[in-house]
Amino acid sequence: MSDLLKATGLTKHYEVKKGLFGEPDIVRALNGVSFSLEPGKTLAVVGESGCGKSTLARLVTMIEEPTDGELIIDGKPAKPGDKHLRQTVQIVFQNPYGSLNPRQKIGSILEEPLKINMPDDAKTRRKKAEAMMERVGLRPEHYDRYPHMFSGGQRQRIAIARALMLNPKVLVLDEPVSALDLSIQAQVLNLLIDLQQEFGLAYMFISHDLSVVKHIADDVMVMYLGRAIEKGTGEKAFGDPRHPYTKALMSATPIADPNQRRARVKLEGELPSPLNIPAGCAFHPRCPIAEPRCAQDKPELREVDGRLVSCHLA
Amino acid sequence: MSLLEIRNLSVTFDTASGPFRAVDGVDVSVDAREILSIVGESGSGKSVSMLALMGLLPDTATVTADVMRFDGQDLKTMSKRAKRSIIGREVAMIFQEPMSSLNPCFTVEFQISEMLRKHTDLDRSARRKRAIELMEAVGIPSPEKRLGTFPHQLSGGMSQRVMIAMATSCRPKLLIADEPTTALDVTIQAQILDLLKELCADNNMALVLITHDMGVVAQMADRVQVQYAGQKVEEQNVNPLFADPHHPYTAALLSALPERATARGHLPSIRGVVPGQFDRPPGCLFEPRCSFAVASCRRGAKRQGADLGHALCNRPLINGVPADEKVEA
Repeated sequence: MSDLLKATGLTKHYEVKKGLFGEPDIVRALNGVSFSLEPGKTLAVVGESGCGKSTLARLVTMIEEPTDGELIIDGKPAKPGDKHLRQTVQIVFQNPYGSLNPRQKIGSILEEPLKINMPDDAKTRRKKAEAMMERVGLRPEHYDRYPHMFSGGQRQRIAIARALMLNPKVLVLDEPVSALDLSIQAQVLNLLIDLQQEFGLAYMFISHDLSVVKHIADDVMVMYLGRAIEKGTGEKAFGDPRHPYTKALMSATPIADPNQRRARVKLEGELPSPLNIPAGCAFHPRCPIAEPRCAQDKPELREVDGRLVSCHLA
Repeated sequence: MSLLEIRNLSVTFDTASGPFRAVDGVDVSVDAREILSIVGESGSGKSVSMLALMGLLPDTATVTADVMRFDGQDLKTMSKRAKRSIIGREVAMIFQEPMSSLNPCFTVEFQISEMLRKHTDLDRSARRKRAIELMEAVGIPSPEKRLGTFPHQLSGGMSQRVMIAMATSCRPKLLIADEPTTALDVTIQAQILDLLKELCADNNMALVLITHDMGVVAQMADRVQVQYAGQKVEEQNVNPLFADPHHPYTAALLSALPERATARGHLPSIRGVVPGQFDRPPGCLFEPRCSFAVASCRRGAKRQGADLGHALCNRPLINGVPADEKVEA
């Protein structure tokens, strides 16, 4: 199957200055992540805060350039200056209260991408904006309103509409429903499912809510400290997780059924700083089944039972 | 007798555009050593009702209640001074954002021992000892070293542990936790929830857990109170609530959970949004979004008995079907 977007060994390091004369420290936010997106499919990226999932979103949308690695979108290598390629990848951010300009009306928010990228005249722009508003479930009279007049769920619809204005092929969704109430969350997820079917979009769905991911994802990539540690189809990764971190993540997610208690894989401690990633397997200090060799040898991704896992003991 | 008893609590805010009733005739009762969970979406008045109890609302809020009693003492008639000796010592509260609820200017030791200084007569070295004890109890590694740290040096999970240490420093009989884990990662959330449960058992403490996460409720609560737009719409023990919700709102919330969906594809969603200040329906507040609503719902909703989960509904559900439909059939 042809891949819409292919990333190989994506790496992003940030330098942090330590005083005037100090050697700068390096934050290793992303360390060699590879994946691909197919049209009409959803890849979910899962992990705790600090695991590099938002950095990944910034690289894929070409907001930032990778330190190393290769990103191929629609058959062409991604360069930050390539305006045409930028149109094929769009993003929806987590917080719809922060991602919409409070001084712009909904109409001009939606038309801005067209104004910059398309030769359309004002009339066509308005027509396109109104068609898109209808598509995401907003009413035509909303065209002249400001973002503060909308609820969180409606604002997220506006953000989704804005992302779709340029007919992208890839949509990066950075925690799109985590700021929304439960009853609204279902509405927005349903909308995303519909839009994907209609436009054949490839989604990169970034989330920490495993029950949402389980519902929407075709493939899952679990990340820990800037690395993919388990990668496979939703069924494999969730039905039968092999990496101890995936297992712990699954068991920590509460189930909405009082009669069902999961055997909890307890994780001690917290995520180490990406300034100072542990040697060997990055997970070994918190791992319940770590062996001495885990502290020395870095496990590579290898295939175990139809999915990729980076663990010596999987 | 219950530890905390509140009857017909209402909170009205004076806003520039007129009065807004955030809490509308809510009853809350908590027994000793019980974990009560208050669930609802934003705007359901779950936090405001507890802030009203703690006296933490701004001056624009008017609080009225028929009964407000804690451990046999009447909070309504009590002097402010006497109330202050209860609030903080016997009823304590922790908040959603641990990072912003600690004071960034003072060390962890200062903030934990401030509680002890106000409410106990321990001397300085005894306070220090107790602070170390408390930090150990909430699972902060090497507490002696952490005493001098400032909040910005702590992670979110650690800050929440410090908040819990502060709140439990005077061995309260009731702890109110307002979305204590919403800002935390799932693995840290699991640690904090386990900790809260342990502390309740060890200290004979009751817990009011305010949350919007049905998973957290199922895991933690003994009894659940569901709120919608400032009203209590249902109250049941946790097992029957999840097995057979009586109010259509509870039922719809539960079926909107992605993990309850049987197959991929569309989730059953609730149409519309929570009513705001200006579009409150005249009758039952859930009527415009309810799929079982009939004409009488537009005039008001009836409170059902304990067997139907105190549901505020004219057509309470039994096994997912309105009760009156069963009678006809």
